[in-house]
Amino acid sequence: MPGAEFGAEVRQHDSTGVIDLHGEINLGADQALLAAYESAVRGDPKTVVLNFAHVDYINSTGIALIVGLLARARKEHRTVRAFGLSEHYREIFAITRLSDFMGIYPDEDSAVTATAAASS
Amino acid sequence: MTTIPSNLRRVLRREPRVRPTTEPVAAPSERVEAPTVEIAPNDPLVAYFSGATGAVDISTLQLDSPALEGLREAGIRLVVPLVSQGELIGLLNLGPRRSEQEYSADDRKLLNDLAGHAAPAVRVAQLVREQEAEVRQRERIEQELRVAQLIQQQFLPQELPDLPGWRVGAYYGPAREVGGDFYDFIQLPDDQVGIVVGDVTDKGVPAALVMATTHSILRAEAPRLIAPSDVLTRVNDLLVDEMPAHMFVTCLYAVLNPATGRLRYANAGHNVPYVSTEAGVTELRATGMPLGLLPGMEYEEKEATLAPGEIVLLHSDGLAEAHNGQREMFGFPRVAALTGEASDGEVLIDRLLKELQEFTGPGLEQEDDITLVTLGRSAAGDGGAGGERELAIFEVASEPGNERLAIDQVAKAVAGLELAGPRLERLKTAVGEATMNAIEHGNHNRPELPVEIRVVADDTDLKVRITDQGGERPIPEVETPDLEAKLAGLQTPRGWGLFLIQKMVDELRTAVDEHHHTIELVMHLKEAPDARS
Repeated sequence: MPGAEFGAEVRQHDSTGVIDLHGEINLGADQALLAAYESAVRGDPKTVVLNFAHVDYINSTGIALIVGLLARARKEHRTVRAFGLSEHYREIFAITRLSDFMGIYPDEDSAVTATAAASS
Repeated sequence: MTTIPSNLRRVLRREPRVRPTTEPVAAPSERVEAPTVEIAPNDPLVAYFSGATGAVDISTLQLDSPALEGLREAGIRLVVPLVSQGELIGLLNLGPRRSEQEYSADDRKLLNDLAGHAAPAVRVAQLVREQEAEVRQRERIEQELRVAQLIQQQFLPQELPDLPGWRVGAYYGPAREVGGDFYDFIQLPDDQVGIVVGDVTDKGVPAALVMATTHSILRAEAPRLIAPSDVLTRVNDLLVDEMPAHMFVTCLYAVLNPATGRLRYANAGHNVPYVSTEAGVTELRATGMPLGLLPGMEYEEKEATLAPGEIVLLHSDGLAEAHNGQREMFGFPRVAALTGEASDGEVLIDRLLKELQEFTGPGLEQEDDITLVTLGRSAAGDGGAGGERELAIFEVASEPGNERLAIDQVAKAVAGLELAGPRLERLKTAVGEATMNAIEHGNHNRPELPVEIRVVADDTDLKVRITDQGGERPIPEVETPDLEAKLAGLQTPRGWGLFLIQKMVDELRTAVDEHHHTIELVMHLKEAPDARS
């Protein structure tokens, strides 16, 4: 079933790496998500922000990819924050407890400017 | 060489101007009538002329040949074989010369040259005539096929009966050379319905006409007599006098009471129907001779009660007796087994046809008509108030990503239920995850194995049942994933599917049998919108 293909672009916002995600986060997103993360941390930022505003579907495999990304970031002592999640996926991030380990913000500015304490 | 004699006969019959005559030709314009000489295929003259190199004076020929005698009696003196591409295709037969002198060497040379030129032209003419005859024959056959199809289609039901609490499915696939299959639904008193599946021996127009007659008699007699055995006895007696030699009709006739599930049936030599039940496949057996063979036949009548969830398959032999390229038969056991695996009649029909297609492979012409009729009693009872309404039933192939198809179709099916936005989103996620599990873990990503999805609703609940073909392993218990362990790299990041499903729906039920997993997702319809948040 062809869905919107996953894609990710990386940019800097102040000293934060922002990854703009779009399409579907499923098994097919694996390599592109990893590449985007590696690109985002090239400048060794303390925080990586994931923009979910243009993501229309995340399945359990996609959740696993985000868990993997978060595990790696934590190992590298980086903070991961997210914004742009729909109400439904905010609920899923709460149920899976991803939001316990990843600050969820309503928009990019609040995600980028949040204090480290707010996101942990 | 077997074609030579027929060619010879043809030329001899169609060449009056060179036919042998006992009298010399009187004038160039005079039409000469001469007797036809038949040459038997094994007459030694055939072999002789085939090997001859030019004109042959038959007066001196020494052969024990009836044809030679015939030619001589017809007054033939000289025969010039017509040979084209090494094949003897005719004879140029000449009587005595008008001058009553013998044929000279020049005459013979002239005749041999003439034969050399005439033979290819005659051969071309023969081929053209043969081809024209073949085209005419083909057109006649095609026209007959069209007429047979027209008759057949005229008598097939235009629509399926709408029976509360039942799902009725039907398929009719004619072979190119139309067989005599038919099926029918007959409205009977007291809201009962008669179901007919039959097959006339023979094919084409004769079979179609017998089918039409049988159909009409059944329609006339069934509402009056009701009891299947009485109906078949009467139809048989009426058909016996009408039936052309060597033809007969097999027919299964059943009467269903949709309110109770009672099915009475009698069988005139037709295939035994199969019933898919919880205990496995059963057969509806009843004995009886085919219709139209002998007068005064009696037919055994039996009955069964179809329980909710059970499906009956009535089928003509075009399915079970289909062959593949190795001349193996699709077989009744296979039809029975597939029926046993079915949870919906229409899906069963699709499955049977798909399996048949895979069995026969591409390029093989369908040997006989295929007729399939299914009657499925809805799982939640008699279709009255409080019963389940089926909102959708469909299959997706087991290919990664197809869970999106399932999500979209379920969302469409429940659109009328006014499921509050967040609850619809939860259902969609649960459907997606359950379908993914069915594709990956149940059907092991084998595209040929379908995931069946059925959406039903009653007054209180919406249920989505997702079934795969992987009954060999149980569905694991739902466990809460240990996110800390995953983040610490102590566990795989995966393993969220079942947990998510459980969290998304109001109830999660599972069922496993020998061949299937079924996961049932339940959303309470009476719950206040978004009460679970």
